[in-house]
This record gives sequence, structure tokens and C-alpha cells, in this order.
Amino acid sequence: MIYLILTFILILLMIGAAIYAIWQKDLLYAVIASGIISLFLSILFVILQAPDVALTEAAIGVALTTIIFIIAIRNTVRYEDEHDKKVKKKEQLKSAEQ
Amino acid sequence: MEKYLEILNYTIYGAAILLLLIGLYGALTKKSLIKIVLGLSIMDSGVHLLMIAIGYLKNGTAPIFSPGHENEMSKMVDPVPQALVLTAIVIGFGVTAVALALVIRLYKHHNTLRIDEIKNLKW
Amino acid sequence: MKKAIILISLTILGVYLIDIFTGIGFGTAHFASGVKDAYLIGSKETLKVSNVVTSIVVNFRGFDTLGEVTVLFLASMALGGILYKKRHDVGERSVLFPSTRIVMSGAKLLFPSIVLLGAYVFIHGHLSPGGGFQGGTIIATGFLLMLITYRNYSVSHQRLSYIESSAGIIFIGIGLAGYFINGSFLSNVLPAGKLNDLFSGGVIGIIYVAVGFKVAAELTGIIYTVLHEKD
Repeated sequence: MIYLILTFILILLMIGAAIYAIWQKDLLYAVIASGIISLFLSILFVILQAPDVALTEAAIGVALTTIIFIIAIRNTVRYEDEHDKKVKKKEQLKSAEQ
Repeated sequence: MEKYLEILNYTIYGAAILLLLIGLYGALTKKSLIKIVLGLSIMDSGVHLLMIAIGYLKNGTAPIFSPGHENEMSKMVDPVPQALVLTAIVIGFGVTAVALALVIRLYKHHNTLRIDEIKNLKW
Repeated sequence: MKKAIILISLTILGVYLIDIFTGIGFGTAHFASGVKDAYLIGSKETLKVSNVVTSIVVNFRGFDTLGEVTVLFLASMALGGILYKKRHDVGERSVLFPSTRIVMSGAKLLFPSIVLLGAYVFIHGHLSPGGGFQGGTIIATGFLLMLITYRNYSVSHQRLSYIESSAGIIFIGIGLAGYFINGSFLSNVLPAGKLNDLFSGGVIGIIYVAVGFKVAAELTGIIYTVLHEKD
């Protein structure tokens, strides 16, 4: 009985983190939400009686995938709509000149 | 009441398919390249959960013959999907790392990350 | 408009998939081919290994593990080839903020414990949950902690290359020894001991130690290449 309630709460938190990761425009927050998905997934693997897979998912999904994404964000843009903001600023400057 | 407990048994399948669909929606709709790679990574997690959920046995135990529990062979969960998912997690990480290296090179060349600005291959 | 079409088609796909999987059933044994029973009995009686997933990954389906190790090697090669422009010299910083005193002392204390935990996990891979891939990743996480914290900490790339190549050669050498002695690649050549012993399972322990070293060296190389790339 307690396992059913725990499973349900973990699944709700995992789906919430997934929707947040796709919806958010600040890419750093989206990457940390994807790390949270891997963490709750690893706990769900222990409830489904698979301890080897839980160890692998916790080590690779939380630590290494997050650090590779953060380094990719550091070398490129941080916000998803950075291009739109630059274009809007250029158009505002042009209309202010005229 | 029994029917509600019965539906609660299928929530793990629903969660895995929902993760798959959310990742697919993110990979199809978003315009920034890093969001697309993030969607592919979420799709990987959904598929792994689905494969392990198929091999589960009700009130089963982990497939390890520890001292004192050596005669429980009829109650063990299926170990074959676990071996396949172990390989798949490591390969998924390798693919994500190479995809992000390509994204970094693409940014240095075109100076933008939106896929409707990178139009070199279209006519 | 495009988003509405995509949402509707994804909903139809989702309903179809849920229909299939509730037809299969959750928690009932539905594979009737007997592969699971053959692997469980073979692991307990013939090989005498406690962890059944380890015996499947290394012995019964050992060729897939060779393929996975090859894919990781190709990924690290491709990463080095795509991102290499010029490296930082030792002493130049690649992270922006200097670390505080607490982080520096804590990292120095934690690093040997993390490496010890990783080594324990891949040495006892056939007795308790764990194995080569898990232990190698834990060791790579320890190296990542030291690389982020300290300004002039460096791992020499030459030595990582040597460790990785020699571990790969040991893996293939054991497989070829099985081929010349018994007639099939990666078969068991050492005697299997008792159940739950440290030296049980024949050649499985040695293969997992080699895989642990190789995965640790490879992932540390990937992290080091990505962190120290300069414009």
C-alpha cells in the first residue's frame, strides 16, 4: 500500500519536471529540471526491483549529463529567445531614429 | 474501490508513455537546438522506464542470489531487460555528448542557434 | 496551427500505445519462451555467480558489452576530433569564479573516498549490485569534482590514453584466450568456485575490472576535453 502511494507521488513530480523542462525559456533551469527527472527515475527503478540499473542511471543521468549540458550552454547562448530579443532591439533603435 | 486500485497498477505504463510523448513534442516544436537535444534525452528516459516496467513480477525480488535467499528462483523479476537497459543508458549518454559537440561547432560558425536561420542546405 | 496538428497526432499515438500495453498486463509473467529460467539456472549452477545481471552482461551476452565499449571509445574520439582547437595551458582558469575555502578543503577530503567507493563497486561486481560501468562512472565523478574546484589541477592526457588502451587489450586478450582454448570467443577458461565467494565465476571478475578502468579513463578524458576547450 505504501509503495503505491510513493510510486504515485514520484510519477507526478517526474511528469511535472518534464513539462517544466520543455516550457521554460531560461536554458539553465531546464537543464537542472532534466537532472531532477533522472533522480526520480532512479528511485523508481529501485521500487521496480532493479538495483544495477538504478546505480547506472543515478551516476550517469544526474552528474555527467548535467555537466555536459552546462558546458554547452556556457559556450553558446543562455536564453532560448536571445535572437528574438536582439532583432526586436534593432527594430526599436531603427524606429527611434526615424 | 477495487477498480481504482486496478487502474493505479497501470500508472507506470502511463508515466513512461507520457515521458516519451513530452520528449517528442519538445523535439518537434522547439526552435533552439539545445532544447531539441534535451527533448531527445527525455525520450531516452521514457523508453528505459518502459522496458524495465515490462519485466516486473508482482511481489517479486531482485535477481541476486544473496546468502540466505538462494532458493527464491520462482519469485525473481526478469533479468534480461535489465541487462539491455544497462547498455542503452551508457550509449544514450555517448550520443548526447557527440550531439552537443556538434551544436557548439555550429554556433561558432553561424553565430545563431535557431534552426530556421541556418539555411545553408535549402535552396 | 502547426502546434495543434502535432498535439492531436501525438494524442492519438498515446492512446494507441496505452491500449497495447494495458493489453499486455502489468506484473504477470508473459514471456513463455523459457529464456529467463535458463539464465537463472545457468548462473546458479554452472557459473556460480550471485548477480545474475552481471553474468548475463559479461558471459551470456558478452559480445554486446564489447560493442558498447567500442561505441564509448568512438564517442570520445569524435568529441576530441570535433572540439580540438587549442587547449588551456596548465594554470589558466576555465571556470569564472574562484572557489571558497570550504569547497577546496571539502573536495580534497572527499576525493579519496569517492575513488575507493568506485573501486569497491567494480571489484565486487559479481556479488552485489554494481559492476564495471557503475564503478567507472563513480570514479569519473570524483575527478570532475577536483577539476572544477582547483585552479591548476590537471590529469595528464598521455597517461589516460595508456590506461584505456591497455584495459581494452586485456579484454580482447581474454576473449582470444577463450577462443584458442575452448573454441568460442569469450568463453570461461578459469574454474568457477563456490557461490558467494570473491574468486567465483572464473573470468568474469577480471573482465569487469578491465571494463571499470577503461570506462573511468574514457569518461575522465571526455570531461577534460570539454572543460578545457579554448576559443
